[in-house]
Amino acid sequence: MRFGVVVFPGTWSDRDCGWVVDQVLGAELQYLWHKDADLKGCDCVILPGGFAYGDYLRTGAIARFAPVMEKIGEFADRGGLVWGICNGFQILCEAGLLPGALIRNASLEFRCQWTNLLVERNDLAFTSKCEEREVIRVPISHGEGNYFADPATLSRLEQRGQVVFRYCDGDGRVIPSSNPNGSLHNIAGIVNARGNVLGMMPHPERCAETELGGTDGLKLFRSVAESAIKVLVS
Amino acid sequence: MKAGPAVDERRLREVALSPEEYRGIVERLKRQPNEVELGMLGVLWSEHCSYKSSKALLRRLPSAGKAVLQGPGENAGAVSIGEGWAAVFKIESHNHPSAIEPYQGAATGVGGIIRDVIAMGARPVALLDSLRFGPPPESDRHFEGVVAGVGGYGNCIGIPTVGGEVYFDECYAQNPLVNAMCVGLVRVDQLMRARAEGTGNSILLVGADTGRDGIHGASFASLELDDSSAERRPAVQVGNPFLEKCLLEACMDLAHTDAVVAVQDLGAAGLTSAVAECAGRVEGAGARIDVSRVPRRERGMRPYDVMLSESQERMLVVVRRGREAEVEAIFEAWDLTSAVIGEVTDDGLLTVMDGGDEVARLPVQLLTDGAPARRLVGMAPEPAPELDLDSLAPLSDPGAALLRLLASPNLMSRRGIFRRYDHMVGDGTVIAPGGDAAMIRVKGTELGLAMTTDCNSRYCHLDPHTGAQLAVAEAARNIIATGARPLAVTDCLNFANPDRPEVYWELEEAVDGLAYACRALELPVVSGNVSLYNDASGQSPIYPTPVIGMVGLIDDYARRLGAGFRAEGDFVLLIGSSHNDLGGSEYLKIEHGQVAGRPPALDLARERASGALVLAAAEHGYLHSAHDCAEGGMLVALAESCLLGGIGMRGPAIRPESPLRLDSALFGESPSRFIVSVPSRAMPEVQSLARRHHVEIALLGLAGGDVLEFEGQVKVSLADLRGAWEGRIT
Repeated sequence: MRFGVVVFPGTWSDRDCGWVVDQVLGAELQYLWHKDADLKGCDCVILPGGFAYGDYLRTGAIARFAPVMEKIGEFADRGGLVWGICNGFQILCEAGLLPGALIRNASLEFRCQWTNLLVERNDLAFTSKCEEREVIRVPISHGEGNYFADPATLSRLEQRGQVVFRYCDGDGRVIPSSNPNGSLHNIAGIVNARGNVLGMMPHPERCAETELGGTDGLKLFRSVAESAIKVLVS
Repeated sequence: MKAGPAVDERRLREVALSPEEYRGIVERLKRQPNEVELGMLGVLWSEHCSYKSSKALLRRLPSAGKAVLQGPGENAGAVSIGEGWAAVFKIESHNHPSAIEPYQGAATGVGGIIRDVIAMGARPVALLDSLRFGPPPESDRHFEGVVAGVGGYGNCIGIPTVGGEVYFDECYAQNPLVNAMCVGLVRVDQLMRARAEGTGNSILLVGADTGRDGIHGASFASLELDDSSAERRPAVQVGNPFLEKCLLEACMDLAHTDAVVAVQDLGAAGLTSAVAECAGRVEGAGARIDVSRVPRRERGMRPYDVMLSESQERMLVVVRRGREAEVEAIFEAWDLTSAVIGEVTDDGLLTVMDGGDEVARLPVQLLTDGAPARRLVGMAPEPAPELDLDSLAPLSDPGAALLRLLASPNLMSRRGIFRRYDHMVGDGTVIAPGGDAAMIRVKGTELGLAMTTDCNSRYCHLDPHTGAQLAVAEAARNIIATGARPLAVTDCLNFANPDRPEVYWELEEAVDGLAYACRALELPVVSGNVSLYNDASGQSPIYPTPVIGMVGLIDDYARRLGAGFRAEGDFVLLIGSSHNDLGGSEYLKIEHGQVAGRPPALDLARERASGALVLAAAEHGYLHSAHDCAEGGMLVALAESCLLGGIGMRGPAIRPESPLRLDSALFGESPSRFIVSVPSRAMPEVQSLARRHHVEIALLGLAGGDVLEFEGQVKVSLADLRGAWEGRIT
């Protein structure tokens, strides 16, 4: 299983994702430079957090034009696993690989804190190691993570079950007080219709070891690693 | 070099040179300096760059120690932490810019201190900030702007902001303080020093293009703020954290080549300072640079502007001759501009060319060390009003007083601030903000680096000598409360106008206090910064505020301790002895509206003993939590341990033995004390350790439940405590 971690100028979760893949999970790690026009045989491409190209104009607005993004689009079309975390989610929305947009937090402030997420889909390559409707603890760290989509898009997402993670309380109740940024329907992460492109605002790479406060994030990395094995066997 | 025209006093004031200093310059040069030279000397001889009012005092600080790899004089200090790693750190002020333009002032303060750490070859792993504002809500503009600026820069560049402190007091209403500290890690054998070695080696300027921003910023920082200060806004630089992130990564990539001799940050006084300092560190070295080769942001810039610009996100790199292309390629990969602007010489002169024209030629030593130390006179001011304990109304309802204290701006939870900072990026934060010190693990090892900033300036106002010692002691206690051993100090001395005898006296007393405590606790001061003239319009001097940044080490971070209670049924102990220490306390200010008396007396032998006891108990695994007992005293510290752990505590009523008063026992701020929780099985061991260290311990009660209760005396639910503590700061 080879994970690719994309590095744009201004990306900073690349090293954290790389650390988890390489040192915690023990999988194969390949950094992908934004100017690369080749995904170097990666089975899953991670678009990590940060402020790609300074996030000037709009978050993710410039990053989607990077040479590597064209290849990632083709890769996704072929069914390859693409995983956008934080800024990566914003880039996937800008690139049209996922619907909707991420706007400023309702508080108008940056938020770095732990959140509870209700896992609504555990039939995906990204979440297969989670229990059905499990509540996982994962931190957020963003100023623009407020998920927004027009009513038609939102109802389509809901009908097709494309909402993967929702902000909830410790008991799994999806309530306004557990929503840290004002996202519509408490949405923290969504997947495309085909199920191979995931975008999420919370940072699973920040909770893959006990000493960092929790290991729920590792379940997602393990899920991806295992899915590749399944593909090989089938 | 042609002599410049004679200069009038108005022009001298513009470049912040005194007539005596000017005469000294003419004498040394045996000619009048020209316009460019005058500007260069003005900035480098400013208080901010030359430390001319404080350098004689700073020599009194201890800077040696067996772990010290680099003391003061470089971009940052460095200490060895074992397994081949060095911790690099420094604290710096950005007070004046933040008063005028809070967001950019704070942001560029963070950007500047990060570059200091990068210049040492280290990867920055943590930021801390020590902030002071006037009382809310009047200080909202400063507070909001500064907090947003600190977060704006740190969040974008991807370095976690893990700690710091915020205090509010009337004395900071016109002069907010913004001190930023950065901590980095580097392999000892890759530690860099910014020395311009090797005649003929090339000097590269990399990063941002040079604009007109920030010209005379260093001089501006060396004057009192006044009504015209808003016009100085152009002297405040604008930060670009994205660019600095690219600069950071490119500088980290420099470690892969041996073509680089030195890296130097461009901060205050820009190119002038960077080149002069780099050359000044090598005996006899000089530099020859050509301003026409400096990439510029705007047209029509004069050599004067280029030499004095404080445009941010720039670094100087000294490269072995002939290997420039190799280094340029590294910056090119990050889409960064680099330009060879000159070379190292052996004539001891800083020569500035503009194409074929020589526009300045000054001895390096005149620039870096030439500023004559100012001989200032200190005189003790009227002592602060005495505190008459007997006049204080007795404490009638301790629970209600506790809630008022917890809800006061200086004691309430800082969560509303630190959740606006990314404090987790890097996957290193093993103790997050909110407790005593923060801790960053050194990946690939079991080492943990604890870090904190501290200063109670009210204590320093009442007695600068004791106040400075208390700042060192409290910082050390914060480090020890995590289970780590204090290693070394960086200091940021924020004071008012030293030309006033009472202010110079405060400075001298504080430096002596600092030196005394650091010697006693064996803590070398490896880097630091001085910010003077924090006295708006000469009307509102700040309290003396010697902020201590401290770093400590734990061999195995698995043994680290938090401040919150961890298990029901644990014994809750007070370590250390309590006295009638209400002078300068939060209790006295909040409950009695007084700033009076003397700060708590500090016995450094006791301080060492109680610290050694906590460290020994932590090392043996006898403790479940440890928390420094500081502002607000024992009851506030207990409430914090309850709130951080989500567990209450019950115990019998506190009956202090005469002469200790009840208000002092509960809210007095005696130093050298900790609140710890101990699993019952470890109690005998802790008791025998306490006897061995000759430290008093008192059993306060048992952790558990959801109230904080001393029977018949205090009974407050955790929900009420939280309601008071977690209100919005402004």
